[in-house]
Amino acid sequence: MGGYGQPRRVFGVLIRIDSVTKRYPDGTVAVDRLSLEIPDRSITVLVGPSGCGKTTTLRMINRMVEPSEGTILLDGKDIQQQPVNTLRRSMGYVIQNAGLFQHRTIVDNIATVPRMLGWGKDKARSRARELMERVGLDASLAKRYPYQLSGGQQQRVGVARALAADPPVLLMDEPFSAVDPVVRKGLQDELLRIQDELGKTIVFVTHDIDEAVKLGTMVAVMRTGGHLAQFAPPAELLSHPADEFVEDFLGADRGIRRLSFFSSAGLDLLTAPIVAVDATAEQIAARGTGDAPYLLVTDRGGKPLGWGEPRELAADGIRPAELLPYGRPFVAGTDSLRAALDCAVLSPTGWAVAVDAEGRAAGVVSQQAIGEAIRGAHAEGRENGGTTPAKSDTVTKVTG
Amino acid sequence: MNVLNFINAFFSDSAHWKGYDGIPTRLWEHIWYSLLALAIAAGIGLPIGLLTGHTGRGGNALAMIATAARALPSFGLLVLMFIGLGLGLLPVMIPLVILAVPPILVTTYEAVRSVDPSPVDAARGMGMHESRVLLQVELPVALPLILSGLRSAAIQIVSTATIAAYVSLGGLGRYIVDGLYQRDYEKVVGGATLVAVMALATLGVFWIANRVAVSPGVRRSN
Ligand SMILES: Nc1ncnc2c1ncn2[C@@H]1O[C@H](COP(=O)(O)OP(=O)(O)O)[C@@H](O)[C@H]1O
Ligand SMILES: [Mg+2]
Repeated sequence: MGGYGQPRRVFGVLIRIDSVTKRYPDGTVAVDRLSLEIPDRSITVLVGPSGCGKTTTLRMINRMVEPSEGTILLDGKDIQQQPVNTLRRSMGYVIQNAGLFQHRTIVDNIATVPRMLGWGKDKARSRARELMERVGLDASLAKRYPYQLSGGQQQRVGVARALAADPPVLLMDEPFSAVDPVVRKGLQDELLRIQDELGKTIVFVTHDIDEAVKLGTMVAVMRTGGHLAQFAPPAELLSHPADEFVEDFLGADRGIRRLSFFSSAGLDLLTAPIVAVDATAEQIAARGTGDAPYLLVTDRGGKPLGWGEPRELAADGIRPAELLPYGRPFVAGTDSLRAALDCAVLSPTGWAVAVDAEGRAAGVVSQQAIGEAIRGAHAEGRENGGTTPAKSDTVTKVTG
Repeated sequence: MNVLNFINAFFSDSAHWKGYDGIPTRLWEHIWYSLLALAIAAGIGLPIGLLTGHTGRGGNALAMIATAARALPSFGLLVLMFIGLGLGLLPVMIPLVILAVPPILVTTYEAVRSVDPSPVDAARGMGMHESRVLLQVELPVALPLILSGLRSAAIQIVSTATIAAYVSLGGLGRYIVDGLYQRDYEKVVGGATLVAVMALATLGVFWIANRVAVSPGVRRSN
């Protein structure tokens, strides 16, 4: 993903949902006078508790469900005005369990829509292989059948299949809900990368607010009964939930989660309390006079080894096996304040270790200093008109 | 004399291998009646089963018709047809087809109904025509079950096709009917053995069909 200072521009409105209501034959009102403007070339997430009408909303966009009232415009044109299969072929569709065709090989699964559009077999297959690479699937899987793939791999095939004919729109209904958290994180990162490369208009349904905040350029929070509770960029959602429902839905740790939107670049990193493993007793004594109660010991290449007390280190010499663990370091500048705070909280010394991209110690920072940076960032957020925290115009998140 | 001796005597008599009442002729007649009946029954049962299974409508009506058809005795039906239609192929085909349609129809319906709905949903969502959804998404996955329905229909036809002999047609039933009439038990046992072998051969044919027609992706994932 683009880091700070690279705004992901919002281009325009591609899908306009205009006062749409869906009443099922049994009388259930799944969606109630919903209006939503889905921006071009960005990820719009529909999030909300189970049964709040997310799937119904999504399926009205490709007319798998027909609205009872209201209109949906795609690129300014009423979707009712075009043949339903033409409409659907212009929109990739990814569902929770991937829905792969078990009788077809992976490559033929992905080639389905190009084949439907009349492409030759070879052309469709070479396109399919191209997409396998794009979604991170090994070429050796091409001739396998779906049952031979893991859940995460199947979901990648589902995404590749939806992208095969290069549709401008991608509709995704809880695509990553059925896989374990580690695989899910991988799939989410992959989706963000693909989105950066291809610039699709993605409508993404999830019940997981963390996923919504991570993926969404815009997030629509829906409430039971098919009402829209709030439609905002994730940073604004976290800083200014529209009402109690949204606040509850965001959960108790929304303050912490909001820190994901602030960069760790502003932290003052101290390099004084760092010593190399081959330092002399004098060097250790000289370093140990600063603010830090502990010294971070690094190997000769500058990679952190662990914490030690200056007096003990000077007296007994540095014994790497006896150092305190330094936990999980954060990448200076790239990771967010949330990652830095997490690192400090988990560190036995209360100090976080910052590393550079190569994993060499870049400095250390105390919980206290991180706390000050957080207060500063929040204050800056308020100064920026009160509705958005710092950098929200970039709609960019920091990893971690 | 025991059954094995009968069988041995029947098959080693070279007279039984020649002419219009020889084993090859009767076997071919039997195969011909069976194939014809199976083709007609499949022609009725498969399309109706596929369509009702695809739309999900008419399942109850189907089950009722199938149960009723199963309750009809084939031999009684043959007698009835004979009285109404006289001798010939038609009075034989009608009971055989009525016998074979229910297993084909009901299993085909069930096979399509039991296909995982998510690939079907995905197929529709990507703009696949409804007929292709049925033929290219549902049918390949439902195929093993559909073949098993055809197989039980085929086996019932093979064993029941012996009744053709009662309306003076050929087939392996000739040996059984004539043998009983002539008290030639060698012939009866020989005919019955041939029918049993044909039923086993039918199983073999369907095993091969399953290997050839069902995608490895479906065979292995079930
Ligand atoms: N085909 C249907 N017939 C009747 N009610 C339905 C149908 N599909 C969904 N519903 C109801 O509509 C509401 C919204 O469903 P859905 O859009 O699937 O919610 P979500 O995806 O947010 O969980 C629920 O109360 C659900 O029970
Ligand atoms: Mg849903």
